[in-house]
Amino acid sequence: MKKSIILGALTIAGLSAGAAAAGTLDDVKARGTLNCGVSTGLAGFSAPDANGEWMGFDVAVCRAVAAAVLGDATAVEFVPTTGKTRFTALSSGEIDMLSRNTTWTFSRDTDLKFDFAGVNYYDGQGFLAPKALGVSSAKDLDGATVCIQTGTTTELNLADFFRANNISYEPVPIETNAEAIQQYLAGACDVYTTDASGLASSRATFETPGDHVLLPEIISKEPLGPLVRHGDNDWADIVRWTLNALIAAEELGVSSTNVSEMAASTNNPEVARLLGAEGDLGAMIGLDAEWAKRAIEAQGNYGEVFAKNIGEETPIGLARGLNAQWTDGGLLYAPPFR
Amino acid sequence: MSDTHEHSVAFVRTTEIPQQTAPSSAAGPVKWMRDNLFATWPNALLTVAAFYVIYLVLSATLPWILGGLWTTSSLSECREVLQGRSAACFSVLTERWNQLLFGFKYPAELYWRPTLAFLLMFIALAPVLFFDLPRKLLIITGLFPFAAYWLIWGGTVWIPVFALVGFVAGYFVYARFVAQNFAAGFFGGIVAAAVVWYIGGFAVAALAPATPFLEAVPSRDLGGFMLNMMLGLTCVSLSIPLGIALALGRQSSMPLIKWICVIFIEFIRGVPLITLLFVASVMLSYFFPPDQTVDLFVRVVIMITLFSAAYIAEVIRGGLAALPKGQYEAADSLGLDYAQSMRLIILPQALKISIPGIVNIAVGLFKDTTLVSVISMFDMVGMIRGPILASTDWNGVYWELFGFAALLFFVVCYGISQYSQWLERRLATDHR
Repeated sequence: MKKSIILGALTIAGLSAGAAAAGTLDDVKARGTLNCGVSTGLAGFSAPDANGEWMGFDVAVCRAVAAAVLGDATAVEFVPTTGKTRFTALSSGEIDMLSRNTTWTFSRDTDLKFDFAGVNYYDGQGFLAPKALGVSSAKDLDGATVCIQTGTTTELNLADFFRANNISYEPVPIETNAEAIQQYLAGACDVYTTDASGLASSRATFETPGDHVLLPEIISKEPLGPLVRHGDNDWADIVRWTLNALIAAEELGVSSTNVSEMAASTNNPEVARLLGAEGDLGAMIGLDAEWAKRAIEAQGNYGEVFAKNIGEETPIGLARGLNAQWTDGGLLYAPPFR
Repeated sequence: MSDTHEHSVAFVRTTEIPQQTAPSSAAGPVKWMRDNLFATWPNALLTVAAFYVIYLVLSATLPWILGGLWTTSSLSECREVLQGRSAACFSVLTERWNQLLFGFKYPAELYWRPTLAFLLMFIALAPVLFFDLPRKLLIITGLFPFAAYWLIWGGTVWIPVFALVGFVAGYFVYARFVAQNFAAGFFGGIVAAAVVWYIGGFAVAALAPATPFLEAVPSRDLGGFMLNMMLGLTCVSLSIPLGIALALGRQSSMPLIKWICVIFIEFIRGVPLITLLFVASVMLSYFFPPDQTVDLFVRVVIMITLFSAAYIAEVIRGGLAALPKGQYEAADSLGLDYAQSMRLIILPQALKISIPGIVNIAVGLFKDTTLVSVISMFDMVGMIRGPILASTDWNGVYWELFGFAALLFFVVCYGISQYSQWLERRLATDHR
């Protein structure tokens, strides 16, 4: 074993340039599994259950891509990443895609050399404060101590917000969401700030959720979405259109229960194109005709994934809000499948 | 003489007075309490205050622990049952027991394999730790790493077999040539082992069956306390020999060797362990292509081993410096060469002096293995901080989980420290 490691290290190091240039799609197909980076644990978005199965909203995107590309939603190797290791894992090629509540920003898209495949959750940064603190607006927080996760955009937004309003604050830097919640409950900080979805889901787990309020200010735009390495556009197309297929499926009324029958007998030409009954959209992205059908079968359409993992019926209890279809007043708007 | 007193006193006792029990204030628990707890007024006050503090702590924690729930299926269910009463929700331990010990991805039907390896570990460690046991048992110790590797990772049996054959071949070449020349034996052994491993690499590829007897488990699937134990044991046992070599190298009269050792030790001691771990997990993946990379477990073992070896080297250097110069001169005057004098005279004494320091570093190293959770390996603390606390069922359980982790680590670390004290007493040959 030692021998093979050393030889591997020496010989393959020279070949690395060639290996990296090959298409990600071919790599994934040759490997038979999709390496997908996820969070080490965020309730509702990605966490392994008692049997070790990864579950969650971000996890569902990985499974849909695996179903589309490999025909098997379970052929995913989940690589847990922290806020600090996620980008190096992606750019070094350890993972094929990252689906880890990551905010789409200018510098990440350009300077860090990634391509965002779309938005699967529109979020915004909010504040959680105990009722006893007696504040009704984030602008009243002058001099407050604020728990904040390091290495995230929320840290920068916080600084911007307080500077713009000309008030002071004292940050309490923290590594994970679970730690932040505990510090907050222990009184180490007056308020906790992170994405509003995270705050709502954390508050739902408190012993007395009624004692805490979400302040009305949403201080940032946080479009969260899956991303891939810059430069491999074919692969980025596959991830982007798999996500679009899930969103379009909800709009067109295609769900995991009726997808087979819709594929066989639909009158709607767009549904027929989406599910591969008509046209050859799959071939244009290097997949077979039924790629989108499999992706929808695996986890359901966007609405089903949302309801199952983070919707109002779950302990997380998030409303659709901005994440409703554009026809329902939300921001989800999949480009046409044509 | 004999009747001097016959008429001077009225009564002379002729039998012994029966022995009386000591007064209650001078014996038994009362005396012990008077001596130890209430000797003076300030002592008495401190005793009362201490008892009050102990009462406060116990009255808060004991009902919490004894009233704990063990059978609910989520934190909210715990809260429903407790109705606002304060008590522990130990159900998280029972429900996630296997995840805490083995990580969340190790296949459940294979748990017997690491468990068996864990039990074998005691048999393998016994002859090393207790040298009154028969020396023949060391054969088991030598075989243990290969058996444990095979049990935990599974896969083809030929990999550990060829690794073992390589070591055996290296040893025989070493034993054959060392009598003439240490360097010839040493480097000859390394070459022989490397040749066997090289040939073994092809042989394994040819011999490996399609479905091995033990199902293979990738390193990524290891986790829980098992991962802490594996990292701790591997790194301690590798870093002690490396540390000895570094300490001797630092004292060497050959400038090249000396400076390599000095620079290595000073560099490692100047860098935090967590930095090395980030290098292992993040930076190294830039140097290797995505599909051909050194296993993350091996990378972490290398980094932790190098780190603790540098510290152990400094502890042993302290032991070497504490020996009187006469010991070195005595070894020379007996006509021993360098290797013999080190092996027979210097190191046994220097290592004995260094035991407390080495144990200190071993305990610290074992606890430092929890740092791997920051590079997203799911050791025990990583399991708690990540998957368990992020699950919707258990989000919000802290004391029970971290208390359990603290208990497991305490048991192991206290055991190590008790063993080292026994070892020091056992090896004490000076007259105190």
